[in-house]
Amino acid sequence: MADAATSLGWTGVAISVLGGTLRVSTPYLFVGLGECLTEKSGRINLGLEGTLVMGAMTGYGVSYLSGSPWLGVLAAGGAGSILGAMHAWICSRPRVNDVAVGIAMMILGVGFAFFLGKALIQPTAPRLPAIELGSWSSNPQVRSSLQVNVLLAIGALLAPTFAWGLKNTRWGLWLVTTGESAEAARAMGINVNRVRLWATVAGGFLAGVGGSFLSLFYPGSWSEGLSSGQGLMAVALVIFARWSPVRCLFAALLFGGASALGPALQSAGISYGYHLFNAAPYVLTLVVMIITSSRSKALAGAPGELTLGR
Amino acid sequence: MASTASNSAGRFRQALETLTLRIGALVVSLFLFGIFIKCTGKSPLDAFANMYKGAFSSWTAFQFTLTSAAPLLLTALCTALPARLGMVIIGGEGALLMGGLSAALVGLACENCGPYTALIAMLLAGAAAGGLWIMLAGALRYYRGVNETISSLLLNYIAIALLNHFVEGPFKDPESLNKPSTRPLADEHQLGSIPGMDVHWGLAYGVIACLVCYFLIQHTTFGFAVRTTGANIRAGRIVGLSVGALTLITTFMAGAAAGVAGMVEVAAVNQQANASLISGYGYAGILVAFIARHNPLAIIPVAVLMGGIMASGNLLQTNMKLPDATVKVLQGIMFIVILTSESLYGRFKIFQPREATEKPHTPEKKDDGKPIAAPEGGLAVG
Repeated sequence: MADAATSLGWTGVAISVLGGTLRVSTPYLFVGLGECLTEKSGRINLGLEGTLVMGAMTGYGVSYLSGSPWLGVLAAGGAGSILGAMHAWICSRPRVNDVAVGIAMMILGVGFAFFLGKALIQPTAPRLPAIELGSWSSNPQVRSSLQVNVLLAIGALLAPTFAWGLKNTRWGLWLVTTGESAEAARAMGINVNRVRLWATVAGGFLAGVGGSFLSLFYPGSWSEGLSSGQGLMAVALVIFARWSPVRCLFAALLFGGASALGPALQSAGISYGYHLFNAAPYVLTLVVMIITSSRSKALAGAPGELTLGR
Repeated sequence: MASTASNSAGRFRQALETLTLRIGALVVSLFLFGIFIKCTGKSPLDAFANMYKGAFSSWTAFQFTLTSAAPLLLTALCTALPARLGMVIIGGEGALLMGGLSAALVGLACENCGPYTALIAMLLAGAAAGGLWIMLAGALRYYRGVNETISSLLLNYIAIALLNHFVEGPFKDPESLNKPSTRPLADEHQLGSIPGMDVHWGLAYGVIACLVCYFLIQHTTFGFAVRTTGANIRAGRIVGLSVGALTLITTFMAGAAAGVAGMVEVAAVNQQANASLISGYGYAGILVAFIARHNPLAIIPVAVLMGGIMASGNLLQTNMKLPDATVKVLQGIMFIVILTSESLYGRFKIFQPREATEKPHTPEKKDDGKPIAAPEGGLAVG
């Protein structure tokens, strides 16, 4: 890999950043879309980092036991839904703060995943198949860089579908109304807690699927260092995307690009400051939040009930 | 503060309510943890016995517990102090790393100083680095409206990257092959033990910091300003409090506490800065702060309890072949149950002040007024 990269020079770095972007952005996309739905209902789930790790472990375990990676993806979504339902139930009780519950869910999800995943560090589970976008090239590095997964395509389709559905379906309008004003939603006869429950469950499902991508496609195995804050960065990503599912797609690609920078440079033989390049996505997130936040006024596009954006 | 219960009886009832609900929540979480252990095919009673043995059964075990509690006392303050102002800061891990790294570098720079000069310089460096680190999150909150929960967690990851970069790059000891580290501190510059026990001075630092913070929050004008603003930021502004200054000072103190925890870990435990510093004390501190309802005095017993749980993790691994994540599972369960129990406040008549029970037409008893997590409309989320 390193030889190929050096032979291609800076073009090689560019190609591996591009390929890395396509791969790394998928979990961001799924967690971002999930968090977007949850936040649209007026609640924030900071626990998606735990959901992501739990999804990665469950997906890998089920794929290993059943032999079917797609069953793993589904199981990961199921595990995420359960965590989402827990979050929603606890938050529906009086005087419980959703930010604090999110932190607790993060610790709980990671704890469970590490505990149950101990047995999965050694075995190799069947991985998700790759789509070879680079089959036109004879260069092996180009080929391996441009392997993408069908989950990316699904996510890319989900984004405009959600955008359409939020505007044009009854469920979408219920969701948006609940997020804008719980009072108005209650006046319309909408069960606010139930809408938020389903929004958080759906968000958990998507985050779980995003986690299964980590363990079943890229990097493609289960380890405790698998996720490093992607679940949390997705929360910032949604703010950056101004709660628009389509903009979530572009934001996910941007974050994926930042995350792909470090590994791409390392594969090109540039190892000095490796850790600093790996911090690029966090710095980018912070910078994005500094630019997009405002001291005095509510964020444009923020759901009115959301405690975070005010 | 909303609790204008000036009569000591009312305050006593409130304290009793908190204590009862907290202990109840801990018992429930131990029970749930027991069910989880049972599900994995091990004996929950064995697990509890091992935890007691590893944490509290003997003086030796208890000294391990206290050694683990020392950094927790300090990292808990990192979450508790800003919480009184209505902010949810979870950056204790990052502040600890920055404090530890700075203390190690200053300690190496002062190799020719006397032990006291070196240790004081390391202490100040740790406090300053940690303080500035969390003050950054506070300043971003105040000046730019950046959510401090997310920014402080991002700062954790950035701190990990900086620590790894410095100990593997510019400040790497060429002799540390397997685990890149800075050069070890000189022996006489290490933080010793408290006389009469096998626990380092970091424990005393932590207890003193908690006592000072308790006095500061409960019995000074500054603390009153913090509590007023935390309960209602508009009220704080109207009575002319400088919310900006309060935010910056409080977040600096919070980060400084966690930074000192890093200095203690370097000067008393690791003797050098390396990846061993990333051991989860920052995250466990968040849990300690929430269990203690962000009361610096209550942090002391809770930190000892949590220190015991962390110290007993080794015994669970060796005696019962449970994975090291067992402690994390228990912590997660405790956190969830504690937060869920928040909704039970005011549900039990026995804890309510007399006048409230005698006048049934008064609205449901309000919360005790403490911004336990950020209250709606407060600084953190409002």
